[in-house]
Amino acid sequence: MNFLNLLSRMPSACAQGILWGLMALGVYITFRVLDIADLSVDGTFATGGAVTVMLIIAGFPAWLALLIAILAGIAAGLCTGLLHTKLGIPAILSGILTQFALYSVNLHIMGMKANQTASLKKYGMIFENGKGFLVSSRYIPAAIGVGFAIACIVIFILYRYFGTEQGSAIRATGSNAAMASAQGININNMKVLGLSISNGIVALSGGLMTQFQGTADVNIGRGAIVIGLASIIIGEVFCDIFFRKGANFAVRMTFVIFGGVLYYVAMTVILWLKMDPNDLKLFTAIIVAIFLAVPYLKNQAKTSFGRAAKMAANGKGEK
Amino acid sequence: MLKVRNISKTFNPGTINEKKAIDGLNLSLKEGDFVTVIGGNGAGKSSLLNAVAGVWPVDSGSIELAGEDITGLPEYKRAKLIGRVFQDPMMGTAPDMWIEENLAIAMRRGEKRTLKWMVTKQDRELYRERLSELGLGLEDRLQVKVGLLSGGQRQALTLLMATLKSPKLLLLDEHTAALDPATAAKVLELSDSVVERNNLTTLMITHNMTDAIRHGNRLIMMNAGHIILDIEGEEKRHLTKKELLDKFAEVAGHQEETDAVLLS
Ligand SMILES: Nc1ncnc2c1ncn2[C@@H]1O[C@H](COP(=O)(O)OP(=O)(O)OP(=O)(O)O)[C@@H](O)[C@H]1O
Ligand SMILES: [Mg+2]
Repeated sequence: MNFLNLLSRMPSACAQGILWGLMALGVYITFRVLDIADLSVDGTFATGGAVTVMLIIAGFPAWLALLIAILAGIAAGLCTGLLHTKLGIPAILSGILTQFALYSVNLHIMGMKANQTASLKKYGMIFENGKGFLVSSRYIPAAIGVGFAIACIVIFILYRYFGTEQGSAIRATGSNAAMASAQGININNMKVLGLSISNGIVALSGGLMTQFQGTADVNIGRGAIVIGLASIIIGEVFCDIFFRKGANFAVRMTFVIFGGVLYYVAMTVILWLKMDPNDLKLFTAIIVAIFLAVPYLKNQAKTSFGRAAKMAANGKGEK
Repeated sequence: MLKVRNISKTFNPGTINEKKAIDGLNLSLKEGDFVTVIGGNGAGKSSLLNAVAGVWPVDSGSIELAGEDITGLPEYKRAKLIGRVFQDPMMGTAPDMWIEENLAIAMRRGEKRTLKWMVTKQDRELYRERLSELGLGLEDRLQVKVGLLSGGQRQALTLLMATLKSPKLLLLDEHTAALDPATAAKVLELSDSVVERNNLTTLMITHNMTDAIRHGNRLIMMNAGHIILDIEGEEKRHLTKKELLDKFAEVAGHQEETDAVLLS
């Protein structure tokens, strides 16, 4: 357990944190903007990876493979959205159904194998030959740089988009659906649109992550939604510390990426402490549950029946 | 302007919760009519407004607005013709968005939402001007989240949003019921002036008989999904609260009788 060993692992944690943070950004769009908990992302993340690796193996440039992976993610989001809005299935269930179906779809994409590898040796890096990997665990500083640049581009595009008439209509739908309808917004279309955008970003993240690792795995997305929520919550806590409530949308999205990095740093520390990696999911779930509960408990502390009873018993209530 | 022909709506048909909310209702409004709607709880007042706004489709009958048959249009497509203010001050605005963003959404009511930037400089000037007419100091708080405003402020903002782009029909459903008396009076006064200035055709539900008499040029009373009283013009101006209450009691008493018959 030496400290230098921990330090040496940090750059890799940062790189992975940024790439997963991108995934969290996708979750942010549904969970915070649209106010829907979309569970399709576990499947979409793997889809992004599967499409990317198979296309690279088929000879596509890695960047083009990524763009097509985004389209695949959008299609998955579309499915969830249509299940929810056209067939009236609750959002959570729609997401679970898509996620479930995607497991088979992903296996098909990967030629019925649970994982597929594209070797860095064979395809090289993009700065070597113009069509190789964008990120790789062999070039961690470059991976951090590229991941950061892509995150900035995505945040910029989302920031602009959600300031347009259409983007604002999505926000209004998430904020108050009755108001949106009364103002002539087709809320069903907006939900489908938001879910598609979200899953497109998640697939992009999945595609980058498989390039980083050099393999696509059908199970890579398992629990992605929870990691996404953890990143969002960690990011929001720090955002509130630095900016109070006054942060604009772009800053809040940047903090989501930052939350992803912190999450990975924390996980790396836990592993360095020689805890059983099998317990990581338990830790993550507990942390997410605590942070999701905090706003509720804070409110309860101010106004609860228990408190009211105590106040009454102490005679303070009469003053 | 508005022609409602023989519409009916039954909720939960075929179950023990079956409820005929509107029962063969006819109503015709001329352009510029300001109609107050009264009636007991469950009389079908909100249902009438919801039917016109397209919250759900009617079972039978037709609705025509500004020469267009809107019976088959969903709520979001009717919105280009209709401005609404709800009873619940929370319902008419998006709390997570700024005042100017809410107004910008209302500014494009019924239009296609494009990829153009939503709040432009010249829009902002217009918003400031219109907000200052409310006299609530909101014109200096364009970039404040609406969720931080009081119920009265939100209701005044909703009224502004409903009329920012002049609608063919304005629907007010007990829009001052949740406000304190002073704020309610203020919002009602604002409603009056905006209706008058834009010559808006308006349906306003209220439980306050005095308000129902004092505002508008026509008054309808509803009971059991029908219109049972329709008074306008000169006659309405001379209507007294007592007459109205008597009429109301007559209907209510009649209902009690039928209840008694059913129970015996
Ligand atoms: N969406 C709905 N689903 C089922 N029943 C409904 C629905 N909307 C209204 N109703 C029923 O229809 C009847 C008429 O309701 P409505 O809301 O129109 O009355 P109202 O005249 O507005 O009464 P209030 O003065 O209490 O607001 C009521 O019995 C109500 O329970
Ligand atoms: Mg009502």
